[in-house]
Amino acid sequence: MTTTAERITATPDAAPARKKKSRKFSPWGVVAWLAGLGFFFPVFWMVLTSFKQESDAATNPPKLFFVPTLDQYSAVFNQGIGPAMLNSVFATGMSTILVLLLGVPAAFALSLRPVRKTSDALFFFMSTKMLPVVAAILPLYVIVSNIGLLDNIWALVVLYTSMNLPIAIWMMRSFFLEVPGELLEAASLDGASLWRSVREVILPLVSPGIAATALICVIFAWNEFFLAVNLTAVNAQTMPVYLVGFIAGEGQYWAVLSAAATMAALPVILCGWFAQNKLVRGLSFGAIK
Amino acid sequence: MAAITYKNASCIYEGSDKLAVDNLNLDIQDGEFIVLVGPSGSGKSTALRMLAGLEDIDEGAIEIGGKDMTGVPSKDRDIAMVFQNYALYPNKTVAENMGFALKLRGVSADERRKKVEAAAKILDLTEFLDRKPAKLSGGQRQRVAMGRAIVREPQVFCMDEPLSNLDAKLRVQTRTQIAALQRRLGTTTVYVTHDQVEAMTMGDRVAVLRFGKLQQFASPNELYDRPANAFVAGFIGSPAMNLVTLPLSADGVKIGDSTLELERDNLTKLNEAGLTEVTFGIRPEQLELTDSGGVEVVVDLVEDLGSEAFVYTHASSGVDLVARCNPRKAPKLADTVRLHRAPEGVVHLFHPQTGERIN
Repeated sequence: MTTTAERITATPDAAPARKKKSRKFSPWGVVAWLAGLGFFFPVFWMVLTSFKQESDAATNPPKLFFVPTLDQYSAVFNQGIGPAMLNSVFATGMSTILVLLLGVPAAFALSLRPVRKTSDALFFFMSTKMLPVVAAILPLYVIVSNIGLLDNIWALVVLYTSMNLPIAIWMMRSFFLEVPGELLEAASLDGASLWRSVREVILPLVSPGIAATALICVIFAWNEFFLAVNLTAVNAQTMPVYLVGFIAGEGQYWAVLSAAATMAALPVILCGWFAQNKLVRGLSFGAIK
Repeated sequence: MAAITYKNASCIYEGSDKLAVDNLNLDIQDGEFIVLVGPSGSGKSTALRMLAGLEDIDEGAIEIGGKDMTGVPSKDRDIAMVFQNYALYPNKTVAENMGFALKLRGVSADERRKKVEAAAKILDLTEFLDRKPAKLSGGQRQRVAMGRAIVREPQVFCMDEPLSNLDAKLRVQTRTQIAALQRRLGTTTVYVTHDQVEAMTMGDRVAVLRFGKLQQFASPNELYDRPANAFVAGFIGSPAMNLVTLPLSADGVKIGDSTLELERDNLTKLNEAGLTEVTFGIRPEQLELTDSGGVEVVVDLVEDLGSEAFVYTHASSGVDLVARCNPRKAPKLADTVRLHRAPEGVVHLFHPQTGERIN
């Protein structure tokens, strides 16, 4: 016999059990369903209308049963949705990538590696959102015009990046703040360089946060109207501008407008659906304690 | 494995004018288990983090294996650390957590698996190797954190209150296991705790810190038997040593009308120091109940622990005294009893102003 413990014995404490979901009826559930349906109904009506003929769409009371048709969608495609869609995809995608490339390192530095002026820097980022865009549009127009980027999609890429960057930094920072600082220390003691520990330890933890931030940026950029309508004409017009063209030109043609609006909403909905899997995952459970 | 030397090491936090660690000097032998203990804010964690490279060494130096570590980043110090909250990588399995350092060092996957499995066997984690930390209990996570440290075979283990998140029973069990594991591996270990029982039971030597300053660095027995000052005397031992500042008489210290006698040489030392009062310390087990003589006290509380009982009392002069007694013969609440110094009882005398030991 030696005094040394050859094996550290297993302890009887069991792994945490999962909570069972309650299936009890709750009146709040009914309220939630009603509210949910209330929000969903206009979208549902839009999609429904997009499959109608114009004559069916204009009836009062509205028709619930009709012969569905894809005529409106083919009309939308024939009226040149393609370039607008591509512009929107490019401006949204590019600006979101740039925001993440610039914002994630900034948020990391401002949360896990704070310096003396951190709060000032954070306030500066937020302050850039305080001026109404309307107030800045004239100088913006002059600048964009002078550097020859009017009706050029790159102008929107730059503007959307700067528009979303503060929000992304603030949002990402709150995710980084939930990462226990000891994880970085543990990785560094394990012999990891800063880049390695960020890539292998921190980024996998904040990936739901990155997905959420990216989604917000996509939504804001995709739906942005004011800058697009003022700084683009035909070449660089984006989906929101294109949609407005429908209202102005076609008047009360509900069905084709619905089809165009559905097409405009679809990419964002898809993005949200893809991001959802990432979003629901817990952030850093199991890291500590 | 390596010896560690703190040479006048100091650390100051930004925006503070006080040193978090103030001129710390420690000589730690190769293979020793050292415990840094102190109340919160004593700088014990900071001292450990300076060793690990997580805090700057603002003045002085810390040497590991004879090499100055000032300015050397953590990753190049070959130190493994067990954190209070374990800091396991939540996205990695237990095996990946334990093997991460080896992977970074470029150890082959086969070799890595062998080492991880060997460590897992010691820590009884074999069946959990493929699980993520979230699916483990607190005790299991603690063992993974230990495993991550031992797999690396580092020069030094740093442990920052690794047991404080465990429940009481598991803590006692793990305490002995960590001590045994350290003896077996022979890796120099610096262990931080605020729990003086952990300090006494685990360390080869214990460094007591207060306000960033080293109070005493000695073996547990020495700390207990000859505390260097009143702070160490009051901090080490449970229940704490009776420490009261009392006036001196010709042959001892006065508690109210009674006198607790002191030895001749102690009285001489007190006389030489020119003191009229002294901070007098005596451990509870060295005070006994007696039928006659001693100090008359009133019982405030009796703590019966089964094998022993502690009697909390106060004397009429307002002095509180705790004494150990046989639990089967313990007095009742509000009883008036008499306490005297046990025949072999040691007293500790400290300077009433500086707190330094006199005898």
